Amino acid sequence: MTAAAPSAKPILKIEEIVKNYGPITAVDRVSLDIREKEFFALLGPSGCGKTTLLRMLAGFEVPTAGRVLLEGRDISPLPPERRPLNLMFQSYALFTHMSVRKNLAYGLEMEKLSRAEIDRRVDEILATTDLVRFADRKPEQLSGGQKQRVALARALVKRPKVLLLDEPLGALDKKLREKMQLELKRMQHEAGITFIIVTHDQEEALVMADRMAILKDGRLLQCGTPEEIYEQPADPFVANFIGVMNFIEGTVSATGAFEAPGLQLAVSSNRSGPASLAVRPEHIAVASAEAGFGGVIEEIAYHGLDRVLHVRTSASQSAIQVRVSAETGARYRPGDRIGLGIDAAKARLFHSAA
Amino acid sequence: MAYQTTRPNMLAAPAVLWLLAFMVAPCLLVLSYAFFQRGTWGGIEYTFTLENFARVFDPLYARIFLNSARIALITTILAILIAYPAAYAISLAPRVRQPMLLFFAVLPFWSNYLIRTYAWIVLLNREGLLNGFLSYLGYQGEPLSLLYTEAAVITGLVYNYLPFVILAIYSTLSRLNPELMEASRDLGAGAFRTFWRVTLPLTLPGVAAGGVFVFVLSIGNFVTPALLGGGRFQMIGNLVYDQFLTANDWPFGAALGMVLIAIMVALLFLQARATSHASGERKGDEA
Repeated sequence: MTAAAPSAKPILKIEEIVKNYGPITAVDRVSLDIREKEFFALLGPSGCGKTTLLRMLAGFEVPTAGRVLLEGRDISPLPPERRPLNLMFQSYALFTHMSVRKNLAYGLEMEKLSRAEIDRRVDEILATTDLVRFADRKPEQLSGGQKQRVALARALVKRPKVLLLDEPLGALDKKLREKMQLELKRMQHEAGITFIIVTHDQEEALVMADRMAILKDGRLLQCGTPEEIYEQPADPFVANFIGVMNFIEGTVSATGAFEAPGLQLAVSSNRSGPASLAVRPEHIAVASAEAGFGGVIEEIAYHGLDRVLHVRTSASQSAIQVRVSAETGARYRPGDRIGLGIDAAKARLFHSAA
Repeated sequence: MAYQTTRPNMLAAPAVLWLLAFMVAPCLLVLSYAFFQRGTWGGIEYTFTLENFARVFDPLYARIFLNSARIALITTILAILIAYPAAYAISLAPRVRQPMLLFFAVLPFWSNYLIRTYAWIVLLNREGLLNGFLSYLGYQGEPLSLLYTEAAVITGLVYNYLPFVILAIYSTLSRLNPELMEASRDLGAGAFRTFWRVTLPLTLPGVAAGGVFVFVLSIGNFVTPALLGGGRFQMIGNLVYDQFLTANDWPFGAALGMVLIAIMVALLFLQARATSHASGERKGDEA
C-alpha cells in the first residue's frame, strides 16, 4: 500500500486555465496541482465547469487561456492522441463493432507495439479486471457493470500517466455503484496511476478521493482532503454542498457572541456584524427542554444507524437537523419539546459580505 | 377479450389491397407473359415456352445486362464518394442548422425528374452552357461532345440519386455517439485512422442502404439513358421499353423485366438483412 500512496510531488499542474464559449465563461482561472498517484475528485453541481475542465486536460477543448503541465512539460498544444493521459467516457464509448478483446487492443495498436506484446498486455488487463470470460463478446452482450469495466480496462491498458474519469459510475444503480467505488480505488492503488474523477455526487467524492476540488460557476471554491472540506468548508456553498449543514442567520456582537432569536453562543471571532452559523447535525446535542435554546420536533427520520430529528426553533427559518443515535432518537416523538446544545468549537461562522 | 398485439392488424388492409391490385397482380400478369410465345402481330400467343428466358442469356442481351450493371456500379460508387463527405459535413454542422442543410441537399428532388434530366441536355450539348463557358475561358477547339455519352448518363444518374445517398448516410452518422470518435482519438488514433477504423465501419449500414438504392434505381433506369445516352446507349430499361413498345415482343420484354426485378429483390433482401443486424447492435448498445 505504501508504494502507491500519493506523494507530495505534483504530476499535473493546471495554471490559471480559462475556457470561454462566446460570452459564457465555463471555467474561470482555475489553478490546481494534482499529485502523483493520488485519487483526485473534481466535484460540483451540473454546469459548474468540471467536465469542461476534464475535457481540456484530455485535449478535446482548447483553453482560452492558461496552461496544463504534465511532469513539467506544457501539453496544452498537443492533440488528444498525443497526450499520455486517457479518458474514461461517461457513455463508456465502447466500439460496438469490435469484441472486448479488440476494444482493449485498439489503443495499443496505435502505439505500434508488436502483436505478441499487445496480446500479452490485453491478457493481463483482462485478468486484473476480471473480464477473461467476456473477451470475445461484443459490447452489446455485456451488462452495465461489465461495460464499465471494459471502458476502464481500455484506458488502463495504455498505462497512462494520468487517468481521467468522467462520471464513471453515473450509469450504474446504487448497489453496484458502491461496489465499484471501492473497486476503482483498489485498481488505482494496484496500477499506481493518478486518477482524476469528475462527479456531482459528493458522497462518492468523499468515499474515493484523497483530495478534491469543489467548483461552482467555473470557479474553484476549495481544494483539500475530504476531512478538510467536510470539517472546514471555505464558504457557505461548499458547506451546504458537502454533507448536511444547518445554517442559522444572526449577528456576532462586539463581545464575541453569536446571536439569533432565542440563541446566544460564545464564538471566537474578531469581527462583529451579520453572519451565518453553519453546524453539522452531528455537532448538535440534545439537552433537556429547560436549556436556553431549543424547539419542537417536527419530524424524525430513521436512517438505520441513526435518526435525524428535524427541530423547529425560533433561530432559523428551516428546521434544524440533529443527528442522534437510533436508540436516543426512539425516545422522542414529533411534537416533543427539546433543548439543543451546539458545539461551538465544531461550528463554522461565515460573515456576510459587507 | 384478451389484449393481443400479435394478431394481424386490420389497419393495414387498405394498403395491402392497393398493393395486391396494382403491384402484385400486374407483376404476376407480366410474369405469366414471360412463359408464352409472341403473337405474329404482337400480343401473346398462349403456348407455354421457356425460350424467352433462354434468350435473356444470349450473349447479345447478357452484354446489355452487364453493361447496365457496370454503369449502375460506377454510378453507385461515385454517388457514395460524393455523398459521404457531404453527409459528414452536415452532421458536423450545428444541430439547429442541420435540417436546413438537409433541405437544400434534397431540394432538386422536388422538381420533375424529366425536367432535371433535360437540364443536363442544356448544360452538356455542343452549344450548351459548359461548352460556352469553355470558349469564354479561351478554348478554341471543336466544341466537346459531352452529351450522348456514357459519362453523361452516369452524371445524370449520380445527380438524380445523390439526395437518397446523402440522407441514408447522414441518418447513420447523426445517430453515432460523438464520444466514440473522441475515444478513438484519446486512445492514440489520429483523425484519419479514427475515420477508417471507427466512423466508417459504424456507418456502413447507411452506405449500404444508400448504395443499394442507387444501384437498383440505376440498373433499371430508362429515362436517363434515353435522354442523355441518346439512344445509342442501351441499358436494360431501354431494352424492355423497346420490346414492349417498338419490337412488340411482350413475352421477351416480360422475361427481361422479371430477371431485372429478381436482381433488384435479391440486392434489397441482402441489404435489409445487413441493416437489421446493424440496427440490432445499436439497440443492444442503448439498453
